[in-house]
Amino acid sequence: MNIEQAQYKVDLDGTTKISIKATIDGETWSVPLDPANRHYQAILEWAKIDGNTIEDAD
Amino acid sequence: MTKAAELAKMGEVLTNSQIGGRRNIVINGVHKISQRGTANVTGLGDGDEGYSLTDRWRHTVGAGAGRYTASQEAITDLPGFTTCLKIACTTLDTTIAASERFILEQRIEGQNLQQLKKGTSDAEKVTVSFYVKGHDSATYTVGLYDTDGRQVGATFSVTTSWARQTVTFPGDTTGALANDNSAQLHLRFFLHGGANYTGGTFATAWESATNANQISSSANSIFESTSATFFITGVQMEVGSVATPFEHRSFGEELALCQRYFERTEGITSTARGVSGFSLGAGVWYAANQLLAHFPFKQTKRAIPSISVGASDALKAYTGSSSAISANDSSVCDAIGLNSARFNFTPASNGTAGHGTLIHLQENDTISVDAEL
Repeated sequence: MNIEQAQYKVDLDGTTKISIKATIDGETWSVPLDPANRHYQAILEWAKIDGNTIEDAD
Repeated sequence: MTKAAELAKMGEVLTNSQIGGRRNIVINGVHKISQRGTANVTGLGDGDEGYSLTDRWRHTVGAGAGRYTASQEAITDLPGFTTCLKIACTTLDTTIAASERFILEQRIEGQNLQQLKKGTSDAEKVTVSFYVKGHDSATYTVGLYDTDGRQVGATFSVTTSWARQTVTFPGDTTGALANDNSAQLHLRFFLHGGANYTGGTFATAWESATNANQISSSANSIFESTSATFFITGVQMEVGSVATPFEHRSFGEELALCQRYFERTEGITSTARGVSGFSLGAGVWYAANQLLAHFPFKQTKRAIPSISVGASDALKAYTGSSSAISANDSSVCDAIGLNSARFNFTPASNGTAGHGTLIHLQENDTISVDAEL
């Protein structure tokens, strides 16, 4: 799984993180913050690598 | 087989309750469901891993020179079966590095495996059966891998004609499988392997997982010839020591089982049938430049899924004047649950805050919902 970019999305309150917008294998995915989700698992592993960060929401 | 032996086997089948109820633990064993598409997937290999074609079947290929094409094929020479998966080598791998490996597998949830009684003194035997053929005579490895670190394997033969292969694995009294929605057991077919996986003593009895014991050293490689092919269908895994006849399920039933893990909706267009796109859900203009809407799934998912829309302008929302507005962001869902999600996006042009709307998937576009293992 090739993760190129990840950024949190927040709820309507503007602060609560509820998902991640991620580019995975060239496709854009809305990824939930669920430990059982394989994309979320991969993003967390990706973020452990030096230089990779899940960006804050806009 | 003698009459006495047949009766003994029949008695075993009855004792193991292998008749009646669902026997086959494998989903989409005949590769009839292929929501990701039916076109050939070319150029696979060299570090690829994931789900590329038929539902529930995952591939993992280590870095290397070998390449292959995966295709869903129609069957004309195996009565009772109509579809299979074909793996066809397109690029040779003549220098197999130690770390190379090609796995075709199905990962199975722990809560669907408790009847195996694994990790108890009553652990059941497990029988795996499948139909295979290839371009020539060959030997490959099939195995079970417990994610807590246990493995067992066996070899099987392939010829140029369809033949049913059967392997019975012993019950494993060590390593109970968690009773949850995580992948606890992998049913694996190994089509290629380097010394890191073939160099030890092949594990034909359950053991703590050791890479070197995973694949038989006598096994062939799918990458040894550009004419090499591997066809597989009718995969069944069941409790007991007998391979009962393949359990055929209806298309709708198999599709529903697959959609617990992945579903794809297409904006189908058919002028003849008056169809153009697909209505996804009702919503509201939360603001003049922000839409919220309900997106229900076809099946309850294994875990909270990821969602991908095929194109940035795949969705449109109706306004009071019935005009359509395209979305401009392909990450359009949040508040995702097991049964539904919320569309939340900024459209290309504004509507009226407070007005209702309908979200429509444009013709020929897709939306994918993924809760695979």
